[in-house]
Amino acid sequence: MIGDIATTGPTAPPRRNGELVFDAPWEGRAFGLTVALLEREGLGWDAFRPHLVRAIEADPDHTYYEQLAVALDAFVAERGLL
Amino acid sequence: MSDDHHHHPRTQSPIEQRVHALEELLVDKGIVTHEMIDEFVARYEDDIGPLNGARVVARAWTDPDYRDRLLADGTAAIAELGYGGPEGDHMIVVENTDEVHNLVVCTLCSCYPWPVLGLPPDWYKSAPYRSRAVREPRALLAEMGCDLPDEVEVRVWDSSAEARYLVLPQRPAGTDALGEDELAALVTRDAMIGVAR
Repeated sequence: MIGDIATTGPTAPPRRNGELVFDAPWEGRAFGLTVALLEREGLGWDAFRPHLVRAIEADPDHTYYEQLAVALDAFVAERGLL
Repeated sequence: MSDDHHHHPRTQSPIEQRVHALEELLVDKGIVTHEMIDEFVARYEDDIGPLNGARVVARAWTDPDYRDRLLADGTAAIAELGYGGPEGDHMIVVENTDEVHNLVVCTLCSCYPWPVLGLPPDWYKSAPYRSRAVREPRALLAEMGCDLPDEVEVRVWDSSAEARYLVLPQRPAGTDALGEDELAALVTRDAMIGVAR
């Protein structure tokens, strides 16, 4: 399931010494929500990555989890979940 | 994990509000539950990695040759089971015995062998743990529920990017009949860091 999360490149969640780094609780919630939705939809990280790439390209100066939150909105819209 | 993170009495940033609102909407629609999200965060933090380490320990408990290879070259023996990667290099495995208890810390930052142990617990990164593990390991261990007899020597290992330590705990008594999978289920993350027996 979530074993295919990117570990390198711009779409990989930030790590420090290999650890996923959440600087605030909401970042962990955003990550957990993303993984929960992918799991529910039977999809892997690959299904989410294009949204993340677009969000990163749109606002390259934002933090990773700000970009992830934008990508998550786009993913939810694409899947018609709301 | 508490459910405090569902409630935010303090001021939220716009992005935080947005994520919170999205979670609430998806929960209201029955798409996900708060508990599912808790579970995924916890799973990623606590289970996925430690399970790899537990399999390494269980193999060492059941295969003496593997144990020898593991203690001689941790990185290579762990790679035999398919675990490794940039943060799994330079693995050194230290074995608990009746006479010696090993404790792992990273005094500098929070170096941690995530391919085998997953994400480090919050306390591992805390300043009190990092300093007290060196200064007063016995008192620290006792507070964490790990009481050691006086005659057991405590060895503290300082992890870094060049050397990441994993504790090989002692196999519990009365587990002779258990297979490798059952043994792996007994191995905890804390035991592999050395804050539990």
